[in-house]
Amino acid sequence: MVEPLLRVEQVSKRFGGLLALDRASFLAQAGCITALIGPNGAGKTTLFSIIAGFAPPSAGRVIYDGVDITGEPPHRLARRGIARTFQIVQPFTTLNVRENIAVGSHLSRPARADALAAAGDVARAVGLGELLDRPAATLTVAGRKRLELARALAIEPRLLLLDEVLAGLNPSEIRDMVPMIRAIRDRGITIVMIEHVMQAVMSLAEHVLVLSEGRIIAEGPPQAIAGDPRVVEAYLGHGAAGRMLAAGTADA
Amino acid sequence: MLSSVILVPAVLNGLMTGAVYALIALGLTLIYGVLHIINFAHGALLTAAMFAAFFAHTLLGLDPYVAALGLTPLFFLLGYGLQRFVIGPAAHGEDRNILLVTLGLAVVIENALLYAFRADTRTINLPYAFDVVEVGTAFLAVPRVIAFIVVVAVALALWLIMRWTDTGKAIRAVAKEKRGAELVGIDVAHIYAVTFGLGTACLAIAACLLIPTYYVNPQAGNAFVLIAFTIVVLGGMGSVTGALIGGLFVGVVESLSSLYLGESLGQIGIFAMFILVLLFRPSGLFGERA
Amino acid sequence: MRGFAPILIVTALLATVPLITSSNVVLNFLVVALLIALVGQGWNLLGGYGGQYSFGHAAFFGTGAYATAILQVQYGINAWLGLLIGIAAGALVGAVIGALSFRSGLKGSYFALVTLAFAEVLRIIASVAPITGAGVGTLIKLDLRPEAFQFQSRAPFYWIILALVGLSLVLIRMIEDSRFGAYLVALRENEDAAQALGVNTTMVKLLAMTISAAITAAGGCFYAQYFLFIDAGIAYGPWISVEALLAPIIGGIGTVFGPLLGALVVKTLGELTKLMTGDAPGLDLVIYGSVLILVIAFAPRGISGILLDLQRRLRSLRRAAPASLGGGHG
Repeated sequence: MVEPLLRVEQVSKRFGGLLALDRASFLAQAGCITALIGPNGAGKTTLFSIIAGFAPPSAGRVIYDGVDITGEPPHRLARRGIARTFQIVQPFTTLNVRENIAVGSHLSRPARADALAAAGDVARAVGLGELLDRPAATLTVAGRKRLELARALAIEPRLLLLDEVLAGLNPSEIRDMVPMIRAIRDRGITIVMIEHVMQAVMSLAEHVLVLSEGRIIAEGPPQAIAGDPRVVEAYLGHGAAGRMLAAGTADA
Repeated sequence: MLSSVILVPAVLNGLMTGAVYALIALGLTLIYGVLHIINFAHGALLTAAMFAAFFAHTLLGLDPYVAALGLTPLFFLLGYGLQRFVIGPAAHGEDRNILLVTLGLAVVIENALLYAFRADTRTINLPYAFDVVEVGTAFLAVPRVIAFIVVVAVALALWLIMRWTDTGKAIRAVAKEKRGAELVGIDVAHIYAVTFGLGTACLAIAACLLIPTYYVNPQAGNAFVLIAFTIVVLGGMGSVTGALIGGLFVGVVESLSSLYLGESLGQIGIFAMFILVLLFRPSGLFGERA
Repeated sequence: MRGFAPILIVTALLATVPLITSSNVVLNFLVVALLIALVGQGWNLLGGYGGQYSFGHAAFFGTGAYATAILQVQYGINAWLGLLIGIAAGALVGAVIGALSFRSGLKGSYFALVTLAFAEVLRIIASVAPITGAGVGTLIKLDLRPEAFQFQSRAPFYWIILALVGLSLVLIRMIEDSRFGAYLVALRENEDAAQALGVNTTMVKLLAMTISAAITAAGGCFYAQYFLFIDAGIAYGPWISVEALLAPIIGGIGTVFGPLLGALVVKTLGELTKLMTGDAPGLDLVIYGSVLILVIAFAPRGISGILLDLQRRLRSLRRAAPASLGGGHG
């Protein structure tokens, strides 16, 4: 079996008395899109923060490309090829779009001119070509989400962690983003995405993990997850699956 | 050297001095706990209060403890006004700007005092300043004993305000969760200003407690505020308990170390402790994680 | 402003001043203003570009001043060498304070507090240590030879400080256009996002602080040579920490020319104050503190910000004008 690009092993995270993650484990195969879903507060963003180096786990390991990267700082992981977007977008507000993306491009390009040029290319790839000279502060939500994505792509990652990149977008904006994400995967970048927008999860993900109360309660292909009663219960409460069945509604 | 005849009075004196430190620290930590700003103008405001107490005595013949009755509401209003009409609006809510505005205030107040009153050191003479009270084997200066009692009373009063009055509850609400407080209709700008006013009111009381035994000059407030800052970072930014216990602790430590080490190493020692705490545990012993 | 042309033009224009006037009043005023511009440019790199507000830049100014003074007075070292060593000493102090502060993750108010504390510690040490002359201060002996970095007339001093300021302008401009500069600004805007893009924010901050300290220390060295007397209050006092941040904030925080513009304004204000009310101590700082508050309240991007706004408004007026000339358009 091929070594997965990302292996999360028995990761637990404790905040004081609260166990936010409880021995979470999963694999992300190279070149695949893996979706991480679950109700709010389940620990998804905490898991991302740990993988991306923003917080150390209380227990467990993160193995990337065969190397134990547990506890390494974010900037070092970025250099290894792990990129992440933030749930609440964090643009560099006083800079314009090109300068924002250039910060990422600089990772492999010391020269300013090179970085700015490369930033232009990345911007065009995500449809921000017209807005290169606009201040980041003037972008719409959809624009900021694309900027967040563009910046992450600018560091030329092998693993891209998307944290609710579709949140706050209207249906037509989602319809524009989904093929973009697929195109990124087609370029060979492994994607792990936290997402609430189920239609996107269904159409994009090859593998789905369900996190609830810090534990992974189900995993498998999207279709299997959709019908899994444990997943329904995680979202809708104890006994919900049974009630739905009884009421004759079988969709998730 | 460790005989109780020397130690006990040193500790008691330390507790009394520490009480006043605690009061100054209390104002600082209250402001931080609610507004989440470090009030760089705290020292200058204390100096201003000390000058006010000084002139209340020399020009109006008021005993400091009597002057406190007038100065406390006056400085409450001053603090309220500063936060409501200067700091709040000028900073546009940005942390970086609040820093600069309070620094600007500090510079203005301190140098206005310098310009108006020159750098001379002044003291007042009170007939009872050197009276003592006998407690066991110790002879304790009357102003110091009064100071201790007053601080305890003030701490109690503040506790009652926070617990039982609507304003106090509003303050606690804003400190815990500003958005939520706004949503239930609390006027956050007003609460911020009230808290700042309480902080400066504490300074007014502290000034009146200090003036019988200490000198005043444009730099005076800074020396005490440095100690207050150290107490606050030691006890935890925003922790009232930390400020009180920390104040007493520092007072005793200062008293004991001046017994054995003398004063010159004192200031550097306090700064060193301050820097070390900031570097290694800025949330303090009782405070929240920074 | 892009490119180095504006810097060269401004420096060249300023260089002609001693050729136009020999008034000591004017030259002295400009020397002090340029000195503050240099010190402020140091602060500007760390605070304006990096977003880390130091309230204790006196620590670097004073170290530069004392280093060069003590080396000359106690060890007979040449003043020019003293300048280089003073800059290095200032940089070292900056690196140490920076390493301690940034490793501990101090930011915002806490960082400002700790820099204030460090400056005060140095001031107290300087006021009691025998090597600095303690309360009496340090006097550099009058020795009016160029080799001793002392000159009969003001003009050479003026050109030297102008050269230093010019170099600092060039340096900042180069940083603006470099990866280091991009990383510095990114971490100012959002440290987490910067880290996620591969920026080692601790190292970048540390480097910025070291360069910042070096620039400010150069100002301190010059001060010592120009005034020939320093004491703890002058070298490490709050006055210089305040002026160091005031100049860039008034002139335009995070811009190349901000500190220079701001320094000219600050010093002009100081002179006006003196003219109107005499030399009473404290009044100038009252004005400075008030100006700081007013600038933050009403013009946080300083003079540069105001100029940029004007430029933008003029541009949009020009665009609107043709429409109003045509007939029947709204």
